[in-house]
Amino acid sequence: MMAGGLATASQAKLTWLRFRRHRMAMVGLGIVLLMYLVALFAEPVAPFNPDKSNARLVFHPPQMVQFFDGWAFSPHVLAYRLARDPVTLQPRYVADGSRKVRLRFFVAGDPYKLWGLFDGTIHLIGPENAGDTVFILGADRQGRDVLSRMIHGARASLSIGLVGVSISLVLGITLGGLSGFFGGRVDWGVQRVIEFIISLPTIPIWLALAAILPKEWSPMAIYFTITLIISLVGWTELARVVRGRFLALRGDSFVTAAWLDGCSQGRIIFRHMLPSLTSHIIAAVTLAIPNMILAETALSFLGLGLKPPAISWGALLREAQNVQSIAAAPWLLLPGAAVALTVLALNFLGDGLRDAADPYAH
Amino acid sequence: MPTNPILEVRGLRTYFPLGRRVLKAVDDVSFRLHAGETLCIVGESGSGKSITARSILQIVGPPGRIMGGEILYRRADGSVVDIAGLGAKAAAMRALRGREIAMIFQEPMTSLSPIHRIGWQIMEGLLAHKMMGRAEARARAVELLRQVEIPQPEQAVDRFPFEFSGGMRQRAMIAMALACNPRVLIADEPTTALDVTTQAEILRLIRRLQQAHGLAVLFITHDMGVVAQIADNVLVMRQGEVVERAPTAELFASPHHPYTIRLLQAATALGMAAPPARRAAALGAPFLRVRDLSLTYPAQARLFGRAQPPTQAVKRVSFDLHEGENLGIVGESGSGKTTLGSCLIRVLQPSAGRIEYDLRAGGTRDLAGLDRVGLKPVHREIRMVFQDPFASLNPRMTVGQCIGEPLLVNGLMQGAALAQRVEKLLGMVGLGGDVAVRYPHAFSGGQRQRIVIARALALDPRLIIADEATSALDVTLRRQILDLLLELQPELGLSFIFISHDLGVIRYFCDRIAVMHRGEIVEIGTADAICAWPQMPYTQRLLAAVPEADPARRGLLAEGMG
Amino acid sequence: MGRFIVRRLAGMVPFIILVSITVFMLIKLTPGDFVSNYAAALAAAGETVDDAMLASMRSRYGLDQPWLVQYWDWISGVAVGDFGYSFQWQQPVSGLIGERMGLTLILSVSTLLFTWSVALPIGVYSAVRRYSIGDYLFTFIGFVGLAVPGFLLALVLMYVGVSVFHADVGGLFSSAYADAPWSWARCVDLAQHLWIPIIILGTSGAASLIRIMRANLLDQLHQPYVDTARAKGLSEFTLLVRYPIRVALNPFVSTLGWVLPNLVSGAVIISVVLNLPTAGPLLLQALLGQDQYLAGAFLLLLCSLTVIGTLLSDILLALLDPRIRFQ
Repeated sequence: MMAGGLATASQAKLTWLRFRRHRMAMVGLGIVLLMYLVALFAEPVAPFNPDKSNARLVFHPPQMVQFFDGWAFSPHVLAYRLARDPVTLQPRYVADGSRKVRLRFFVAGDPYKLWGLFDGTIHLIGPENAGDTVFILGADRQGRDVLSRMIHGARASLSIGLVGVSISLVLGITLGGLSGFFGGRVDWGVQRVIEFIISLPTIPIWLALAAILPKEWSPMAIYFTITLIISLVGWTELARVVRGRFLALRGDSFVTAAWLDGCSQGRIIFRHMLPSLTSHIIAAVTLAIPNMILAETALSFLGLGLKPPAISWGALLREAQNVQSIAAAPWLLLPGAAVALTVLALNFLGDGLRDAADPYAH
Repeated sequence: MPTNPILEVRGLRTYFPLGRRVLKAVDDVSFRLHAGETLCIVGESGSGKSITARSILQIVGPPGRIMGGEILYRRADGSVVDIAGLGAKAAAMRALRGREIAMIFQEPMTSLSPIHRIGWQIMEGLLAHKMMGRAEARARAVELLRQVEIPQPEQAVDRFPFEFSGGMRQRAMIAMALACNPRVLIADEPTTALDVTTQAEILRLIRRLQQAHGLAVLFITHDMGVVAQIADNVLVMRQGEVVERAPTAELFASPHHPYTIRLLQAATALGMAAPPARRAAALGAPFLRVRDLSLTYPAQARLFGRAQPPTQAVKRVSFDLHEGENLGIVGESGSGKTTLGSCLIRVLQPSAGRIEYDLRAGGTRDLAGLDRVGLKPVHREIRMVFQDPFASLNPRMTVGQCIGEPLLVNGLMQGAALAQRVEKLLGMVGLGGDVAVRYPHAFSGGQRQRIVIARALALDPRLIIADEATSALDVTLRRQILDLLLELQPELGLSFIFISHDLGVIRYFCDRIAVMHRGEIVEIGTADAICAWPQMPYTQRLLAAVPEADPARRGLLAEGMG
Repeated sequence: MGRFIVRRLAGMVPFIILVSITVFMLIKLTPGDFVSNYAAALAAAGETVDDAMLASMRSRYGLDQPWLVQYWDWISGVAVGDFGYSFQWQQPVSGLIGERMGLTLILSVSTLLFTWSVALPIGVYSAVRRYSIGDYLFTFIGFVGLAVPGFLLALVLMYVGVSVFHADVGGLFSSAYADAPWSWARCVDLAQHLWIPIIILGTSGAASLIRIMRANLLDQLHQPYVDTARAKGLSEFTLLVRYPIRVALNPFVSTLGWVLPNLVSGAVIISVVLNLPTAGPLLLQALLGQDQYLAGAFLLLLCSLTVIGTLLSDILLALLDPRIRFQ
């Protein structure tokens, strides 16, 4: 008999103890939390208004932040000026060593309305003088700050993952649960539907569905429809996980015991079966979010998802669609790096959760 | 023994480093094995007996490692090699495996490759040791299958393991082990997963082959009955150490170590020779009358496939259960005993027949026809104890919640009264009230089974159906649980239907025994009558196959049995 | 075995029918039809729109018929190889899709082979040398491969191609062979261009297959039957190849069922980025331009491709695993 703490530790606590041992999963958790925080507070975190364009600063290259000026801590960037290449006569940005743009934390800058509710002007970081420009990750075709656009784009891209997964989860749990709990004909039917959907190539189907959307719809309507479309295909994996666990649990004698104890069907499902499923569901959900994010990115990239003026990582990547613009401004690919990092972090997190939920699976 | 031993193990130590801890699975074990001898290593789970066997062939799985000692093997030409000194992957080690020392394993299902033909798996060893060509090896495989008495060996050689029954698979495994004419055979619980009649056949087969080939056999088992029947010498292991060694007759006659004594007591108490713990008391009136109960699974019609015929899991079963009676239902795997139990408590819906049950409050119900609502009051009086104590407790509820659940959902108690009742129930099964806040994962198998029993007792039941309730436990624990139930029975006015494959347990615990075979009750009678004067041939066969824990009565290996 | 294949084939028929209905519904869900689009285009160009002409166009294209009749006309044409008429290109769909579907098939199948030939050895290595530096490395690369969407990889390669090698990595043919008839030289040219899309397309699939193979093999490595074989005196290598790898191959093969749909999916988007003459770009154009029968043909064929792929994987699996054959 184990003594003390472990003996009275609930399964949730044991799962958390196991999860904490996965170092990469913990790192993943940190990154994911940070990303979602940034997306939540995009307006104050972004240094500039993402829609503020400047025709004179087209394709301004990224400016390296230098933290020390001599020996003093004073983060700043070197200002660039436009010069003409003496040979090709092409305009080119060159660093101007004489002028430094100092950066400050919690500095007043472009006005914004946080969540469309609260007015504000304070930004987490920005140039000392509100009039200056700083392009830490460069500027796009219209001279807009790529960093600010990426931070705002995170909101759509990351929330589509969450909303889409929630819809998938409802579908997956309902259908997978029905399938696994009742078995028989219900199970047969749901299984055939899932097999059918899985064997379809998703992107052509998404494309076809997305092409149906009327072009005159508002960005918000498009956003929700796209999310719905993505999750219509994405629920199958969750349903399979839920069904598999339900079937396995249904055979466990503690569920039979609960029935013999006189528990109602509802109590058996919600008190006895679902708690054993939660950790698996959480893991499956975490592993499903990346697919949602990737799907949105792909659709928007092809011009069938979110369209400007809406900002998402996929829509931003659309700017980098042809060789010429990538060659001129490779930093336009940076939203892709954000996608990759998020997906990577979520995958590590999901893997860790899955291992922690089911230590005997491997 | 006058000759030199064929295998001599000296001071063997096999350890498993687990993080900061080291598990000493085998700690300073020594023994000698001679040609023609059967040496049994006996012990309960975790005693290190299997690891000892595996160490000899150096197939201990990681992270286990042989840390010291010698394993001296004497070849036919008299030269001696120290196996412990060879690398696990060395060619010299491989040359010994299968060729000189062969091994058979516990699970005939998983120990054969599922996707290779039986013949090929037998031939493989012959080819690996370059003893003969392909055609010759195939002929030898057929011959070996004939030796292990597999019918139609010419066809069987091209079959897949999943087309064989468990006993046939174990025969094929033996054929595989004998392919290269090894001199030592290590058998790691080769009959544990088998039915008792099949076990007897396999044990006889091993004995016959041993005599024919002059094999030295190292037999690993947990079953004192098997030891008494087959061993020349015995090694008793516990927690990695040898606690006692002796010739078989001597060990059973005068065991020295307290652990051996405990083991033997449990084995003989649950054996066939000892007087039963319970004498049929004066029984009350029958309160459960089962009539012509049948469960037939319908034929599975399939488009383009082989249609599955209907299977009769339970066939026209009838019996009465009296107040205060313990009825044992014994049978081998596939006999329908568990299905019958599930029908009685209506986890399964029987397809025909009646289950008449007199409610305590008065009134008779036919359980076979009741719906969910109608079953509710019945389920308060008839409770169930399951086989697997690990799976039958919800891992997400504390022990207190598990035990209190039936009281809570039936609206009988809550709050402080519930807590008090749970504490009382825990006390009844010999656990302290303080364990109520712990989770099931903190308990061992035996303790969990006590918790399950406490849950079954929570509603003051009248009848408990116990399905293989002690099968997952070691023999010493088995007896404790049975004694606990017997002790509780009179004060709680309980009756039991005890389902088991283990005749010894049934005989120890029950007043009457029903013997099931292929879905039918072939014989039913008082425990004494069934065990002493079995009437039906199947019952006689079953009884004869039970290995008695008494080396003086070695009936099991007598030829012409079965 | 024959019975098994017949059973699977019979099971496929309702699947394909369902696919065709799904695809047709997708086409029909698009608001308006080609004629109304055409009318809108005419009106936009300032020409007068004659209702009688539109009605006659509708009846010519069968657009005035009920839903089911239209479906029947379409599907019965498809059954004999007539995929209808492309409004955008003003020619029969069959002529447009032939080579593009062929190239899509070549791209998908060669990517599949690439994926397997990479994932299998690496997966085996990772499992056998578990927790070695190589295992960690491959695991990490695998995670990254899963996280980077194919089109992003294509964009990055394009950037590298342009900025480092000053070469365009897009396309499947050199300009000399782009419109040339099929010849040996054209095949060689195709092979020289094909590997870039194969790597881009195969990376994420390979990454997940490595993880699947590793997990499968880890499951199998400690199965009792491996000990049985080891106790026979087989060498570690023979043992590994004959038993655990052989058994772990079965679930690996069964992944074909979803790897192929993923590849076909991925090929669409990567083809758009790399401007490959495969189904992808034309499908996208057809969808955006509401060229319904062209889009329908592509969708139907792409879906059928994956369904047939699943069937092949089932048959392959049955060949490999006697347990499935005997079910």
